[in-house]
Amino acid sequence: MENAKVQSEYCNNILCFRLSGEIDHHSAPVVREQMDRDIYFFRPKNVIMVLDGVGFMDSSGLGLILGRYTKIRDLQGTLKIEDPTPEIEKILKLAGVDKLIPVVKTGKAVK
Amino acid sequence: MIKAENEFEMVIPALSENESFARQCVSAFLAGLDPTVGELADLRTAVSEAVTNCVVHAYRGRKDGKIYIGVRCYEGRKVVIRIKDQGCGMSDPEKCRMPLYTTDTSGERGGMGFAIMESFTDRMKVKTEVGKGTTVTLIKRLS
Repeated sequence: MENAKVQSEYCNNILCFRLSGEIDHHSAPVVREQMDRDIYFFRPKNVIMVLDGVGFMDSSGLGLILGRYTKIRDLQGTLKIEDPTPEIEKILKLAGVDKLIPVVKTGKAVK
Repeated sequence: MIKAENEFEMVIPALSENESFARQCVSAFLAGLDPTVGELADLRTAVSEAVTNCVVHAYRGRKDGKIYIGVRCYEGRKVVIRIKDQGCGMSDPEKCRMPLYTTDTSGERGGMGFAIMESFTDRMKVKTEVGKGTTVTLIKRLS
């Protein structure tokens, strides 16, 4: 199993999190810590979570996304999800996350 | 009783690092049935939810708990996965099955575990007794 990882990039008031690996209850806390640290450090206007490199995600991943969404919203920022895999998109739709957070397919997904 | 065509069982300690091991074992075993990518992903996710529930809720982080996982394949590509714990059990399983219901107060858990298990399989059965434990049965017929 590839552990969950997150790469952060900040540019022009946009904070971009590129997630990869497998996100579950065991691995979520590590990426959560880094994401929260960056959110509070940069206090960005816009946050993007790129999910095309995520090989697995269960409801712990939903918790990770929704928890960050609340924090970003509290800081008056917006969140957008980019390029979820079909499996992740299914979970996002089931939980209604796509009604709360815009899910965008850029077509530039690079594995 | 109908005999299973193939089966496997495993018992693992209720450690969070075993969540990925559990879903990978079930996934590797089921790969022999040549399921579609989507079917395999659905079952892998459903198993992950059930095992996570054992770690987080049934044993509440207690590391000496054991999780039993059994997979049986029957005629007609019917797969039955049983995930059993001897943890605290649920006093109100119907409430626990409701989407978005969670006992978590940190805001980091979505309360979607049972909803995912239910929607990613054909049928889900839950047998639970307070103080005795919970058995979740996931049933799916592969195409």
